[in-house]
Amino acid sequence: MIQVNGLTKDYGARRAIANLTFDAEQGEIVGFLGPNGAGKTTTMRILTGYMPPTEGTATVAGYDVVEESLEVRKRVGYLPETVPLYTDMTALDYLKFMADLRHIPNSRERAYETLERVNLSDRADGYIGNFSKGMRQRMGLAQALIHRPEVLILDEPTIGLDPAQVVEMRSVIREIGKDRTVLLSTHILPEAQQICDRVLIINKGSIVAEDTPENLQSRLVGSQRVVLRVRGDSDGLTARIAKIKGVRDVEAKSDGSIEFEFAAGQDIRPQVAKAVIQGGYDLLEMRPIGLSLEEIFLELTRDNASGKKSS
Amino acid sequence: MRNIWTIAKREYDHYFISPIAYVVAFMILLTIGIIFAINIYFFMQNAFQSFGQTPDMSSLTGAFAFLLVLSVPALTMRLISDEARMGTLELLLTAPLRDFELVAGKWLGAFLFILTILAVTLVYPIILNSLVDPGIDQQLMMSSYLGVILVAAAFLALGVGISALFTNQVAAFFVTLSAFVFLWWLIGFPASVLQGSASEVLQYLDMKTHFYNALNVGNIKLADLVYFVSLIALGLFIGTTAVETRRWR
Repeated sequence: MIQVNGLTKDYGARRAIANLTFDAEQGEIVGFLGPNGAGKTTTMRILTGYMPPTEGTATVAGYDVVEESLEVRKRVGYLPETVPLYTDMTALDYLKFMADLRHIPNSRERAYETLERVNLSDRADGYIGNFSKGMRQRMGLAQALIHRPEVLILDEPTIGLDPAQVVEMRSVIREIGKDRTVLLSTHILPEAQQICDRVLIINKGSIVAEDTPENLQSRLVGSQRVVLRVRGDSDGLTARIAKIKGVRDVEAKSDGSIEFEFAAGQDIRPQVAKAVIQGGYDLLEMRPIGLSLEEIFLELTRDNASGKKSS
Repeated sequence: MRNIWTIAKREYDHYFISPIAYVVAFMILLTIGIIFAINIYFFMQNAFQSFGQTPDMSSLTGAFAFLLVLSVPALTMRLISDEARMGTLELLLTAPLRDFELVAGKWLGAFLFILTILAVTLVYPIILNSLVDPGIDQQLMMSSYLGVILVAAAFLALGVGISALFTNQVAAFFVTLSAFVFLWWLIGFPASVLQGSASEVLQYLDMKTHFYNALNVGNIKLADLVYFVSLIALGLFIGTTAVETRRWR
């Protein structure tokens, strides 16, 4: 569905993306992870036909983004980072306008259906200027969905939403991603883990890693870190856990919890739990700590610096 | 064509919720109304002395064209610059829409709004026609109206083109106004001082002569029509190129 080959974009002397190559299949949700200025938005703008690349090619649904830009744009739904809305229009009028631009017959009905899909049908006649951030984000998604595109490109779709809205937005995206190709960018690793089939990590305009979220994490870390909490005093527990085979790097935290690590692939949490219970402690919590995006980045950039580029 | 119409329709509707558009419409219609009342008064006073001179619409259409110099920049300043500022340009440039269709649609929307204001002024020739016996010179009236329509179309096209160059609508306003003042007045001064072909070229570029000395006195010539159509094409070309250039930035 999406094929990107050697894509490069220069803004004057600054190279925003360098020699980017990846693809995305139909029915696949691909996450684009990276810090601000990594080149995510630039890549998305090229794929949506907004701007041409300096070098390289990209095809969406079989059409070249430069040569057959109009065909690409017909097949792509795009939610830019700053949600583009006409605040002086009502929700229904805005979507009808977008539907008319895409030559959809019965545009008013389609606009209403799309509003229902993003749970805004009760505000169909409300002015967008009066909408909250979350509602505007959903309006943005609605305009990207209005023509039922084969490919959906979403730039930071959950940014600025409250937790309930984030959950809702993610479930909508998962639903859409069942039969369409979705490319979304995000800062948040758990989000990528929850929604995406595959993650591309992009830094300084280049892809530094590409894999499923789970593989990426275990491959990068090589070990799993766990936090453990017991009721009351945890004196002596640290030593007890340290004795278990496979446990590394046990650390008693100032808040009374204990952290330890084990090699990825050999889960020793049951043994630890037994040891805690046999020691007469009340086990309250044992939870793996995921690596944050920042840590993964540090990991990746360290790899790059030492020449062992992981990809 | 369908895309042009979709854009034009939204733009036309937008004028009816825009305070600036109401101010412009009010200013034009009030001024035209006052001039009409003064004209009627003047002609009635002189009805017996002015031998064979029947009142016509040229003073009203002349005033309308002059008012366009001031009002068109206010109507066109935000057309594309504001889309760029609000980020909605990204929406339009990723929709299946050619850059020319976007620019032409914006122009058409503004043009239809001016035509709406102009249509309101049609009550004056109707009133005048009923007051004057055997009626006003209708060919002259139609020529004058055609002139105003062409001036408006040319100004609007240049205004849209200039709006596409800017992200700040105030900047677009002043540049557009300066361009109009130049085309309407300033260009006439060097044209009258210079001699030879330079003077002829500048004279040809002087917009007011194509209107006041030709269409507004019932003289429809191909050269004048070509002049206005060229300006419309130039404005739309500037706009389309400016939008295309934005993609490369």
